[in-house]
Amino acid sequence: MSSSLLNKDLRKEIIESIRSNGFRTIITAFGVFWGIFILVLLLAASKGLENGVKRSFQGVATNTVFMWAQGISKSYKGLPKGRSYRFDVTDAEAIRQNIKGLKTVSPRNRLGGYGSSNSVQYKLNNGSYSVYGDYPEILTQKSLDILAGRFLNYNDIQKKNKIAVIGKAVRNELFKTGENVLGEYIKIQGVSFKIIGVYSANSSGARSVEEQKQIYIPFTTYDLAFNNGGKVGFFAITAKDNNSITSLKEDIMALLRERHTIHPEDERAIGNFDLFELFSKISGLFVALTGVAYFVGFLILISGIIGISNIMLIVIKERTKEIGVRRALGATPSSIRRQVLIESLFLTVISGMAGVSFAAFVIAIVNIILEKINDPEMMFANPSVSLLNIGVALFILVVCGLLAGLIPAQTAIKIKPIEALRSE
Amino acid sequence: MIEIKNLHKSYQMGSNSLHVLKGIDFKVKEGELVSIMGSSGSGKSTLLNILGILDEGEEGTYHLDGTLIKNLNETIAAQYRNKFLGFIFQSFNLINYKSALDNVSLPLYYQGVNRKERVERSMHYLEKVGLADWSGHLPSELSGGQKQRVAIARALAADPKVLLADEPTGALDTKTSYEVMDLIQQINEEGKTILIVTHEPDIAKMTKRIVDLKDGLIINDTKIEPIKAKANV
Repeated sequence: MSSSLLNKDLRKEIIESIRSNGFRTIITAFGVFWGIFILVLLLAASKGLENGVKRSFQGVATNTVFMWAQGISKSYKGLPKGRSYRFDVTDAEAIRQNIKGLKTVSPRNRLGGYGSSNSVQYKLNNGSYSVYGDYPEILTQKSLDILAGRFLNYNDIQKKNKIAVIGKAVRNELFKTGENVLGEYIKIQGVSFKIIGVYSANSSGARSVEEQKQIYIPFTTYDLAFNNGGKVGFFAITAKDNNSITSLKEDIMALLRERHTIHPEDERAIGNFDLFELFSKISGLFVALTGVAYFVGFLILISGIIGISNIMLIVIKERTKEIGVRRALGATPSSIRRQVLIESLFLTVISGMAGVSFAAFVIAIVNIILEKINDPEMMFANPSVSLLNIGVALFILVVCGLLAGLIPAQTAIKIKPIEALRSE
Repeated sequence: MIEIKNLHKSYQMGSNSLHVLKGIDFKVKEGELVSIMGSSGSGKSTLLNILGILDEGEEGTYHLDGTLIKNLNETIAAQYRNKFLGFIFQSFNLINYKSALDNVSLPLYYQGVNRKERVERSMHYLEKVGLADWSGHLPSELSGGQKQRVAIARALAADPKVLLADEPTGALDTKTSYEVMDLIQQINEEGKTILIVTHEPDIAKMTKRIVDLKDGLIINDTKIEPIKAKANV
């Protein structure tokens, strides 16, 4: 007996015996086809949902926490509760010096409260936009493409230049197309700022429209122009890539409490929004979703596998005599077992590959349709399966194919060659 | 070639034990053409199963071409069958989805002979049984006599020491039976040892030696001058 598992003769044997039960074989193989088709589709759908949701995090450093001052809820060292306080620029320096593993500490100010916007005028046009006082480092936390001119720099910070970088939506609304923008002056709360740059925010999803309607001015200019007295509206703090901000934020908050004489257990005094924690939770959710996809797909696949096992058993019952003859002619039990195993493996893998191919085809069509729709707010984008997942699916197929052949193979080798001599 | 001494075999049927072979002593020399006769229940099928290494006796010994056949596992039994024995069945037992040529080459396939040589040798035996022109046909496209000739070619393909034929003419009409027997006689004349189990006296008379079995014992063992099958065709 030749040692090669799939030599020409064995291949011929298998194709012949599959062909001799043609239609039934195809019907059975459809079970596996369908199972792997559903599995791949589920994986792609969960990936599509993941892509859609994570798209809204695009253009933002996710290892970031935002912190702002809230009302104090515990009296401490003789100071009453309910008093209010604000962060100031010296806090930023203190955080940078005392907490290791941080990449960027950006003190930020925003004109008006959260969610409000301010009337901005250019000549006779006006519109409502959010105005931020920022340091140049904000570019490490937000991904902005400079379309024209430049962004803020430290010269602007030091000289407290009255300059502004505006979003492309601001430009489009206040200026005519083709009109010169750089060097023009806009009025924010009655104060004139010279436009030195136009940006386009790299972000998609629900926030992308809002992101283009913002105006950045130097932090120090903001302080001076809007009489802010060195106070900080909120901090955007990003950790280095190998640290998680979630593990560092308690230290930062402890430091801030100490500096503002706040009770160490006053949880409410500092508001924070941990993007990393949220992002991790969402990532975890999609790991779970992928797990569910595997689980459900695998269960469907198992019913297909049972189908193959079942049909192989019937086929072997029908071929009892043939197997007996083969045994009488010198087929060893192991050669019979191998033939049955390879037959079932062959059926499983071929129908599985067909399932994978068909699923890939359907995914490609869905992608074309999604591209046509092109809605950035849709929570579903680019459904796809990775090569790794395809590999895992094929591995499952091979294992299942062998499992499906195991029982029929054992049945087959129990057939005694005497059966062949028995004439009915 | 075949040497059986004091062979016993019984089957358990529930609580009863059925003693089928009750001490058979039997020798076949090389080149013999032997028919084993007996009514149903005489034990002739059991004897054939043991001769064909499909079954084993409980007592006594069986030597095939000098090799003791005892306590073989399935793999070795399969190899011995392939090497020593060629089977011819009453119902032909060709594999219905394989061509005549592929059926004949099956024992060679299980010997691991490569494809080219298999085709060559199988064609040679198909020629020998007069069916070279039918090599690509499926069994369903052949007549009964042609099927049995393909089966004989298959039994010869691996060049075994002994051919075992179980009622080889049982499913054929008289004329075709004699044609098949003519072929068997020719093969015997070339020196092959052949054992035929039959209950038809006219077939038995075409062999060189008749062994009568009754109730698990050999009651008669005579050498005869065989009738030429060709003369009756």
